Amino acid sequence: MSTTSLTSEQDTADPPPSARLADADLPVIARRHPWRWVGVAVVLVLLAMFVHGLATNPGWDWPTFFQFFTTKTIFSALWVTIQLTVYGTVLGFALGAVVATMRLSSSPFLQVVAWGYIWAFRSIPLIVQLLFWFNIAYLYQELSLGIPFGPEFVHFSTNNLFGPLGAAVLGLALHQAAYAAEIIRGGIISVDAGQTEAAAALGIPKLRQFFRIVLPQAMRSILPNGANEVISLFKGTSIVSVMAIPELFYQVQVIYGRNSRVVPLLMVATVWYIVMTTILSVVQFYVERHFARGTARSLPPTPIQRVRSGWGELKARAIR
Amino acid sequence: MSAMVDIKGVHKSFGDLEVLKGVDLEVRAGTVTVILGPSGSGKSTLLRSINHLEKVDRGLIKIDGQLMGYKRRGDKLYELREREILHQRSQVGFVFQNFNLFGHLTALQNVVEAPVAAQRRKRSEVEPLARELLERVGVGDKADVYPRQLSGGQQQRVAIARALALKPKVLLFDEPTSALDPELVGEVLDVIKELARDGSTMVVVTHEVGFAREVADTVVFIDGGVIVESGPPHQVLDNPVHERTRAFISKVL
Repeated sequence: MSTTSLTSEQDTADPPPSARLADADLPVIARRHPWRWVGVAVVLVLLAMFVHGLATNPGWDWPTFFQFFTTKTIFSALWVTIQLTVYGTVLGFALGAVVATMRLSSSPFLQVVAWGYIWAFRSIPLIVQLLFWFNIAYLYQELSLGIPFGPEFVHFSTNNLFGPLGAAVLGLALHQAAYAAEIIRGGIISVDAGQTEAAAALGIPKLRQFFRIVLPQAMRSILPNGANEVISLFKGTSIVSVMAIPELFYQVQVIYGRNSRVVPLLMVATVWYIVMTTILSVVQFYVERHFARGTARSLPPTPIQRVRSGWGELKARAIR
Repeated sequence: MSAMVDIKGVHKSFGDLEVLKGVDLEVRAGTVTVILGPSGSGKSTLLRSINHLEKVDRGLIKIDGQLMGYKRRGDKLYELREREILHQRSQVGFVFQNFNLFGHLTALQNVVEAPVAAQRRKRSEVEPLARELLERVGVGDKADVYPRQLSGGQQQRVAIARALALKPKVLLFDEPTSALDPELVGEVLDVIKELARDGSTMVVVTHEVGFAREVADTVVFIDGGVIVESGPPHQVLDNPVHERTRAFISKVL
């Protein structure tokens, strides 16, 4: 043991500088990062302990997890969750875009209306708003179209107009729109005023100024926040379980209410939330990359490109 | 020759600050007018009000006999709608101090955008013209490059090509070289000189006195929101009548 350490010390000891070689001809030894490797080791050990715990602790009850993970009930619940997210996002951001442009318009009337909308829907807790929509039939049994305070032409029963799913989508979208409006407005005001001015000086029509010049550049700052909102809405849909809508979280609760296997069923929901969020994050990365056109001299490589080039480098080193 | 740009009695205030205090100026077709003046004198505001980027409080501006921003019906002036103002603006080219190229569009797309959007010309018909313009300002090889990949001088030359693409009656330059590194100023001024030789009507706000001497038909000196004096360059620059003009020119030379 002691002899080997002695020889290795001799190996690493600096050889005497040779007089013949100039500085420019010397080989360069890359800087070492020993602490990085220590960090990697620590994290790997912690990860191994966590995985070991997951595998060996009978409390996780993996057989039950796998029994339910891909059942039809869970899939249809997941589908409801996805639908709620998609409708909530699309309607929320569409309405949010309208509200944002209203707030930025030069009309004081539109500004006040938009401000009032945002104020109202940010003030009411989502869960309260959802319960209101769910119980709307209690407040208004019928909706009718007609002249205000005058004759009415068409009647709807509120119960038929929106079922529980419709009420949930409505609630989520209205809530989401208030937040989306502020995110979109933030993106638009972050675009340099000179861009609009140049577009105006060129005589480009107003709508096109917005959609062709300002919005694509605003997307850069809208997207990270927007993606946050979509992801938080996706998980936030679990809140509509209070309306007894069979989305993922509600369905899981129903099942563990029956068989009292709480932990494995919560894991079923969790893993599906993680899978879907991962997919959304990947989509976000590529969409952001698309809108980064022209902002840097060259776009940074995608993770896949990075892995590929890293792999190539390793191979090259191995050959050497 | 009648006036291409006709400015009469223009006043403009920002809050309590009166920036333009009654300016009259005529620019004949095919001539170059250079506006000089200390910062804060109102020269940029005057230039911006010519194409109605700035709405004036009092006074009128006509381009080629057409009233900017208003329509006369009987004895009243009616404010034009946004759409009509935008149409009027498309007849006036404007080059900004900070270029204001559209960062998410390539040089070529920057030039093509306005003729297609504002003048409803066909993209296929505008593109060759746009390439020709980029060639003319010396950045023909940069057509497919984004503005951030260009030097300041190249960006400003693309911006000039963009303004030219509308075939404007008048070109307005707002300190076109002030944001440039000294060694890049020349290449932009050369392009402007070239345009002057081709007989474009131009109004240029600048600090480049040498450029004014060489290119201007008329030099206008503005200070404190009024035109202090104007005339041919040798008169205003070399034998100024007013003390303020003399003080300014001795400082910038």
